[in-house]
Amino acid sequence: MCGHCGCGDKTGATVLNLQTGEKMTMGSHSHEHGPDHRHPHEHDHARNGGVGHTHDHEHQHQHESSHVHDHVHPDGSRHSHAHAHEMGHHDHGHGGDHGHQLRAAPAVVELETRILARNDALAAKNRAWFAGREILALNLVSSPGSGKTTLLERTIRDLKSELKFYVVEGDQATANDGERIRAAGAPAVQVNTGTGCHLEADMVARGLAELKPPPGSVVMIENVGNLVCPAMFDLGERAKVVILSVTEGEDKPLKYPHMFRAAEIMILNKTDLLPHVDFDVSRATANAREVNPDITVLLVSARSGEGLADWYGWLRREIGRAREAVFA
Amino acid sequence: MHELGIVRNIVAIVGDAAKGRRVHRVTLDIGKLSGVMPDAIAFCFETVAQGTMLEGATLEIRRIEGRARCDACGSEFTADTLFTPCSCGSRRFTRLQGEELNIKSMELEQEVA
Repeated sequence: MCGHCGCGDKTGATVLNLQTGEKMTMGSHSHEHGPDHRHPHEHDHARNGGVGHTHDHEHQHQHESSHVHDHVHPDGSRHSHAHAHEMGHHDHGHGGDHGHQLRAAPAVVELETRILARNDALAAKNRAWFAGREILALNLVSSPGSGKTTLLERTIRDLKSELKFYVVEGDQATANDGERIRAAGAPAVQVNTGTGCHLEADMVARGLAELKPPPGSVVMIENVGNLVCPAMFDLGERAKVVILSVTEGEDKPLKYPHMFRAAEIMILNKTDLLPHVDFDVSRATANAREVNPDITVLLVSARSGEGLADWYGWLRREIGRAREAVFA
Repeated sequence: MHELGIVRNIVAIVGDAAKGRRVHRVTLDIGKLSGVMPDAIAFCFETVAQGTMLEGATLEIRRIEGRARCDACGSEFTADTLFTPCSCGSRRFTRLQGEELNIKSMELEQEVA
């Protein structure tokens, strides 16, 4: 992490262009520290191997902005130095009322900044970039193992003569999913977040710079499998698509309400397994609507193809909306 | 553990805004419906702040309770969860507060004249 300001590092995050095989590491960043940037020195009152000293001196000084006083170290050496009384928090560590007031008030600076302001700003940039190119961008989120990649593979195979798909694949490690998408017929970049549990807008921007999706295309961003953090990080997508498979619990929308509320559509995947599991579709739907009354719910099986026509219909409508939105 | 990433953002934003001055206190507004645990924020803060202008700074976290205005009946109500419905039964509402994830203010070392 940056020692100056602790700015969010992307330690270990890499972007792999699966078309060229080129791999880039994120985290090399620049930031503007103002020309007046400086590093104030600190000193503690310990000398000779860390032996501290007490202030044993007379208070005849005035408390303006600073004062100078003498004191004696344990080794008998004597020196004087200045104290700055800027914060009103200076603690002399000795009793007795000095009868003086420290007038300088602490410098409180109102910031009123959203903590995720930087990500939000980059996401807005991505969104404008997509809009200007009439690109539909979707953020696919789910738990690990819900079948996001399988759904994407199938979608690409079924629609590649009609739509140009470009995929940003997010995983903590491996390029396995990116390779699967490539094999299905869409250009892909693999973002490995390392320790990161979600994609952030700058990673997507970096991925787009590699992918270069043309105007009118569809960008699918497959987030890291995780129902928590990806809800908080806007990537600039037009909509979040949450995928829940019937091998999971019906109560996931209630357990992870942020994600299901942030999503426009919930895809219940693996419906071919419904005869073998105790998954109640109507309960899962009711739970999702409890959190998000306007959520669209589709039942699909990426494996058997059941319900995919509805998903493709939704995709085409969203593509139409993305085009109309350019001048909206 | 997205709190770690959030704390890094806090330290970055405050560190930049402090422009090289030492930060003594940071005040955050964290809504009760924001999905962020204040304890985890506090836990990460000390570590992330090390070696920055925020090292040793006091972290103050103000919790903001969830409130919403019902889209159906117009009444305002307190919401303990992200999807607490209005007492009239409606689940369509406008969030008024409770999802904040904001840096309210910072307290800086004053320049010595």
